Amino acid sequence: MEKVLVLIPAYNEGTRIAAVVKRVQGVVPDYDILVVNDGSSDNTAEEAAVAGARVVSHPFNMGYGVAIQTGYKYAHAEGYDFIAQIDGDGQHDPVYIPRLLEPVIKGKTDFAIGSRFLEVDSYEPSLARRIGMAFFRKIVSYITSTRITDSTSGYQAFSRDVIRFFTTEVFPCDYPDADMLITLHLAGFRIMELPVRMYSNVEGKSMHSGLKPFYYIFKMLLSIFVTLLRKRNSIGR
Amino acid sequence: MPIRQEIFAILVCIGVVIFIIDLVRRRRLREEYSVLWLATSAIMFFLVVKYEWLEALTAFIGAGLPTTTLFIFAIIFLMLISVQFSTKISKLTNQVKDLAQDNALLRSEIEHFRRRGGSGLSDSEEG
Repeated sequence: MEKVLVLIPAYNEGTRIAAVVKRVQGVVPDYDILVVNDGSSDNTAEEAAVAGARVVSHPFNMGYGVAIQTGYKYAHAEGYDFIAQIDGDGQHDPVYIPRLLEPVIKGKTDFAIGSRFLEVDSYEPSLARRIGMAFFRKIVSYITSTRITDSTSGYQAFSRDVIRFFTTEVFPCDYPDADMLITLHLAGFRIMELPVRMYSNVEGKSMHSGLKPFYYIFKMLLSIFVTLLRKRNSIGR
Repeated sequence: MPIRQEIFAILVCIGVVIFIIDLVRRRRLREEYSVLWLATSAIMFFLVVKYEWLEALTAFIGAGLPTTTLFIFAIIFLMLISVQFSTKISKLTNQVKDLAQDNALLRSEIEHFRRRGGSGLSDSEEG
């Protein structure tokens, strides 16, 4: 039987992480669950451990991208065949984990990404965010020749080869989304998008607040540009 | 160039060289970061002593005055130093990230073994 890890990055999710872990256990009771606590100042680590997850805690906060890469390094070291990844804030409905994993386990794709725009029940992001998402999904879809509707989604499932690939320095730890998909495509991995349900963040906590959206747009455009400039063999598997 | 200006410029160059070498001697500055400072001081020194070189360079880059040329090269030098620092900080950031990730993974493994009672590690051994 395949060895699957459900990876949940979390930062100050002490009030919600236990419920997320329990819901994942209810959907996929046979899979191991890893919570990467990204230097939370609350009791996220304790709550996750009590709920039954294995916990890896960063000594200080390093951001979402570094947290998920720590999970990939853990999965790689422990010899997991597949990873399913969901956010720790409860936005991602764990019911879709088996559906995301299925094409990856069957070898139909290397990387499955969940899209909130293919599922009618999902929440609608703000107008500004939707415009930004539409802009980057056009770029990603054009470069990868694959229809991508939600390039910023953190709801993903992927294979051992992608896990190993993401443990290297090619993984963009600073906002890993559109440029990560392009890097995967250039490295020869197959990408598939599937519908998932996402809920709105009830506490309104977002990694895209203040001046961050401007930095995000700049960083993403620069990252996509230099990724395309790099020789394919420098980002090969 | 007036003799007072020339003496002042030479003294500044010599002072910077002595200061940088002393920092390296006291291990307060690594050799790799002293290169740009020493090279710039040497270039400034020769441009001041060989004033005709400075005039030729001024004519070459189209500057109005030789002192303008010195200022331009001083700014270029500061930019190079800043870029060198930025690349070093980027490298250090990656190294800190990797170390923190390794630290987190190892700590998790130690705690996991402790809970299972199979490690034989004590607090003092973990350090």
